[in-house]
Amino acid sequence: MLQITNLHANVGDKPILKGLTLSLNAGEIHAIMGPNGAGKSTLGYVLSGRPGYEVTEGEVTFNGQNLLDLEPHERAAAGCFLGFQYPVEIPGVSNVQFLREALNAQRKNRNEAPLSGAEFLKVAREQATALGMDMDMLKRPVNVGFSGGEKKRNEMVQMGIINPALAILDETDSGLDIDALRIVGDGINRIMRRPDKAVLLITHYQRLLDYVKPDFVHVLADGRITRSGGPELALELERDGYKELAA
Amino acid sequence: MSDDMDIKDKAAWDAAERVADYEHGWSSDIETDFAPKGLTEDTVRFISAKKNEPEWMLEWRLKAFASWKTMTPPDWAKLNVPPIDYQDAYYYAEPKAKPKLGSLDEVDPEILRIYEKLGIPIAEQKLLAGVEGGEDGGLPQPRVAVDAVFDSVSVATTFRAELERAGVIFRSISEAIKEYPELVKKWLGKIVPMHDNYFATLNCAVFSDGTFVYIPEGVRCPMELSTYFRINAENTGQFERTLIIADKGSYVSYLEGCTAPMRDENQLHAAVVELVALDDAEIKYSTVQNWYPGDAEGKGGIYNFVTKRALCQGRNSKVSWTQVETGSAVTWKYPSCVLNGENSVGEFYSVAVTNNYQQADTGTKMIHNGKGSRSTIVSKGISAGHSNNTYRGLVRVAPNAEGVRNFTQCDSLLLGSLSGAHTVPYIEVRNPSAQIEHEATTSKISDDQMFYAMARGLNTEEAVTLIVNGFAKEVLQQLPMEFAVEAQKLLGISLEGSVG
Repeated sequence: MLQITNLHANVGDKPILKGLTLSLNAGEIHAIMGPNGAGKSTLGYVLSGRPGYEVTEGEVTFNGQNLLDLEPHERAAAGCFLGFQYPVEIPGVSNVQFLREALNAQRKNRNEAPLSGAEFLKVAREQATALGMDMDMLKRPVNVGFSGGEKKRNEMVQMGIINPALAILDETDSGLDIDALRIVGDGINRIMRRPDKAVLLITHYQRLLDYVKPDFVHVLADGRITRSGGPELALELERDGYKELAA
Repeated sequence: MSDDMDIKDKAAWDAAERVADYEHGWSSDIETDFAPKGLTEDTVRFISAKKNEPEWMLEWRLKAFASWKTMTPPDWAKLNVPPIDYQDAYYYAEPKAKPKLGSLDEVDPEILRIYEKLGIPIAEQKLLAGVEGGEDGGLPQPRVAVDAVFDSVSVATTFRAELERAGVIFRSISEAIKEYPELVKKWLGKIVPMHDNYFATLNCAVFSDGTFVYIPEGVRCPMELSTYFRINAENTGQFERTLIIADKGSYVSYLEGCTAPMRDENQLHAAVVELVALDDAEIKYSTVQNWYPGDAEGKGGIYNFVTKRALCQGRNSKVSWTQVETGSAVTWKYPSCVLNGENSVGEFYSVAVTNNYQQADTGTKMIHNGKGSRSTIVSKGISAGHSNNTYRGLVRVAPNAEGVRNFTQCDSLLLGSLSGAHTVPYIEVRNPSAQIEHEATTSKISDDQMFYAMARGLNTEEAVTLIVNGFAKEVLQQLPMEFAVEAQKLLGISLEGSVG
């Protein structure tokens, strides 16, 4: 589904990714772990097309399509979803309005008919309920006044509503207490653990992986993948630290 | 929502029909379509004669014209306006002068593109573009009464019968001068005095047409009243005159919607709007203004010098101004409330968008003369391109006005790094019991917000529209439903090309 080959990327003049290669198939969940500053968030932004993150070498294909040629909104319409480490506040715009417009913009891009208000609200209510989020929160402005945990839960509700083929989740576990971690973990499994979907889970810690079992774990250090393995690699990292393994 | 569009469709259809009918109704006793170019006493006499006005009206006009010649344009606004040659313009044009188009295919594609983006129904597009007739069927019951002002003569009023049953008078001001001279005499020029300012005085001398509304005591107007203002003929100044009188305990909501076609020449527009609310009466006045703002280089566009003022004369009277200003090359406009009545209420909700080389200096005046009078001002300015956007507002409390309250909020949103946002509040309080609050913010659309919205599937333009609409929400939600949807789209269209 996603094929990253020898990816080099700069932020400003500074090289961050230095020859990263990674392959995700449908039905797989991959965890990317690594120390601060290794380029984990940069990977998420580069894959989503954030302005200011410049690819200098390498290629990325998504279902055979050159992903790097697409604008951010086209990548979203093609089925890529980025779960933000720091979800952004948009004052005056309700979650419902934001998501409906986003979803219908994606559908328009794919030449699909827009969802009516009623159809959309049905989907939104299902997803909010499944993630233990009050419908009132969906009517509030996007992330405004939300706690860190609520923002992350909101990202998962968005993911559920948008229902992407590929989710790139950037430290979705940070700032979550144990209960919220379980709810978010369950959400990822419910929405994304499917034969036609894939997840790239970017995380510092093993603890989310107690809830979302990865098929593969990769260590990202200094802009490239230095080690890959099964779920046991995450436990090893937890025990020995990155320093030992990244070398 | 679809109901609202149907209603607009019907209203537009009716007005379009009237316009098409017009040819058979008017021209027989009129020889010229234009008053001769230039502005002299003869021009004033010509206009008055064309409209078969009574002698008192002509005298009023001539008095204004004599004053105007001694006045100078105001220079205190933060606007850079080239000198206007008042002798190089026409002051009166009949709608017949406007070319009639056979179909929408003949309309400037750029204008059609904007109509399309606004989601304006076909029948209304034809009306706006000046296409004769139209095809439509199965029309639902209308709820919006339209008084279409095409160029200078009001050619269509609709729903008159239903309004008359309620006792509401909804007329062109020309008709009202003849049919209800006492009402007109009583209030015309009483809210905005004849010598108020250069542009208002000019309007008194040469006003061409406009709208008159009277809501009798205790009557809640059964529908929204609406006027489509249009500027069609080249080089024709527009001098609209509106007078709305809400008698005791009455209520009316009035919508003023504006569009204008592309023109290279600068066009002068100097309207005067006077509102008066007596005891317990309420007027809600909403404007969406999207006249031609000039091109991306700042060439052309409308000059909009408007004087709008409401007199809250009665106890517990209330006037609420809501405006969405996206058009015009130059906007000079301060819809105000003179709060004479005890416990009277004035409100001003404004969104002003400037892009490219547009200039807006807009705001309000809340003059608190009545005890316990209250006012709310919410102003949202959005500046993009090389534009300048100024909020200018006055809150004044008279010495014997006890217990006055005002809340003012002025927010500015900047797009890009070349635009300017300015806030100029004047506060004059002469009574110590007054409570005055003023809040102001200036912010930019952040890269984080843009990317977040785009990562969810919105393109640059959609993302800007969404964020800007969120910024302006407190004002937009004051608009009647008929306008709200169009206004939201308009904000996005006005900011096209300003980001990314």
